Amino acid sequence: MIWNQEFETMERTKLAGIQGRRLQELVARVYEKVPFYRKKMDEAGVRPADINSIDDIVKLPFTTKPDMRDVYPYGLLAVPEEDLVEVHTSSGTTGKPVVDAYTAADIELWKEVMARTLAMGDTTKKDTVQNAYGYGLFTGGLGVHYGARKIGANIIPISGGNTARQLDVMVDFKSTVYTSTPSYSLYLAEEGRKRGIDFKKLPLRVGLLGAEPWSDAMRKDIEEKLSITALDIYGLTEIIGPGVSSECEYKDGLHICEDVFYPEIINPVTGEALPDGEKGELVITTLTKEGTPVIRFRTRDITYLIREQCACGRTAVRMHRSLGRTDDMLIIRGVNVFPSQIEEVLVKIEGVEPHYQIVVDREKGKLDSIEVRVEMNERIFSDEIKNLEKAEKAIEEELYSALNIHAKVKLVESNSIERSMGKAKRVIDRRQL
Amino acid sequence: MDIKQISVFLENKKGRLADVTETLSENGINIRALFLADTTDFGVLRMIVTDPDKALGVLKKHNFVAQETDVIACEVEDKPGGLNKILQLLNANDINIEYMYAFVEKKVDNAVVVFKIDENRKAVDVLRGNNIGLVTRDVLQSL
Repeated sequence: MIWNQEFETMERTKLAGIQGRRLQELVARVYEKVPFYRKKMDEAGVRPADINSIDDIVKLPFTTKPDMRDVYPYGLLAVPEEDLVEVHTSSGTTGKPVVDAYTAADIELWKEVMARTLAMGDTTKKDTVQNAYGYGLFTGGLGVHYGARKIGANIIPISGGNTARQLDVMVDFKSTVYTSTPSYSLYLAEEGRKRGIDFKKLPLRVGLLGAEPWSDAMRKDIEEKLSITALDIYGLTEIIGPGVSSECEYKDGLHICEDVFYPEIINPVTGEALPDGEKGELVITTLTKEGTPVIRFRTRDITYLIREQCACGRTAVRMHRSLGRTDDMLIIRGVNVFPSQIEEVLVKIEGVEPHYQIVVDREKGKLDSIEVRVEMNERIFSDEIKNLEKAEKAIEEELYSALNIHAKVKLVESNSIERSMGKAKRVIDRRQL
Repeated sequence: MDIKQISVFLENKKGRLADVTETLSENGINIRALFLADTTDFGVLRMIVTDPDKALGVLKKHNFVAQETDVIACEVEDKPGGLNKILQLLNANDINIEYMYAFVEKKVDNAVVVFKIDENRKAVDVLRGNNIGLVTRDVLQSL
């Protein structure tokens, strides 16, 4: 179901015209009201008058995550503080948090883009949405909440965690739409199976999953275990939260809400714009946001853009699901390795659980070593050591043929890898570089 | 005739074996025999316990990966050559032993050897045919 026929199926030249006008207004506004942007633009030698169409966007300087942290809390504010109605922040685990401050119009925008997201999973007012994204400063919970409200669906604001309760609620209130991170949805499926819940018999229909990178193989696993269609949704605090883009039923890339979030792909090293279809770093500009608008934000997500029209009829450009991050990409003995590649290999191996952790180490004077910890389960367990060693070897060989580097596989106890309620911590990099 | 052995996967981490014994003790399960096979990273604990089904249930509930494995147990004369006699017999009949361990059983006054063998049925027939006393489940599992 398409929520906003006008914008989601708009003819592309008309859309470009709207994007251009919105960019002009945005640049004029931030140049006047945000000293941070005025300084950046002055340094780059670009004036608001230089922006005449959306193609001029490449003249503007980038905004990075460190930039946003440096001006914590309100350095990006483009409206008086009294016009704010809500504030969210990132977790701040790697430094000062990034602030997303919303005006009333920004909340309306968030509702709109989240309604589009939920509608991609055919959510209507008849649905019961079990929202297992965390409520609070994290944008996931309230973002989904606003979208579901706009659609008129019944929302269960259960928030993250409390798995026993999640399962009871899912059964008792007949949830039809479920939202959380992909890794938590798998955890929920496992716990449900242990309790004897047959997900095939539940009315649960669709999962809108995001906030961490995942693979198609993991999607298949989730879909089988929970007996649902699993769609990838994407967003980030720096931009608005969830609602930036999402997959429709064709699962062929995530439709970007391009009338309000303008995407570009750049070479992460040179900053140069890359053509459609080429992998690079996703950069987003918030064309209409009032509170904390962002120009050319470098997301660090690696993806590529697809411009051919989707079978669903939406015309907006699509992004491939995040292929990894510029910052969690591991370079091991000169080979680029994304944790998602390792995950792809693991979930394809019969009997192996997708709970894993990657430990990278470098002993003094030695090459980097990579250890992949894989959780033991009843299907691979054997009372004979030789069978267990055979299983380790088999996984090692699969990893070698996919990555071309040797990784040591270590079988660990079931449930010994931390289950996060939010993003799974997949990589422990112990190298002193 | 098969004895249910409980096998548990253990990482080589401090306190894990004690976690198993704690779980069993809390549930009133007695360990009759125990053998730990280990590598650098992990070990497999093999046990004969008084109530294998219950043991499996409580271990799983405590998130251990565990399974029941069919093994056979036979009495061995507690004197030089006792074990050799049985091993020669199995060897002569082309029966391959995956692993084994032994303990002394108070009730039968002999040593008891537990075997994991691919072809349990054949092994049982060979041992029986040669008047080797097999230890029953009841004897091993009862206190």
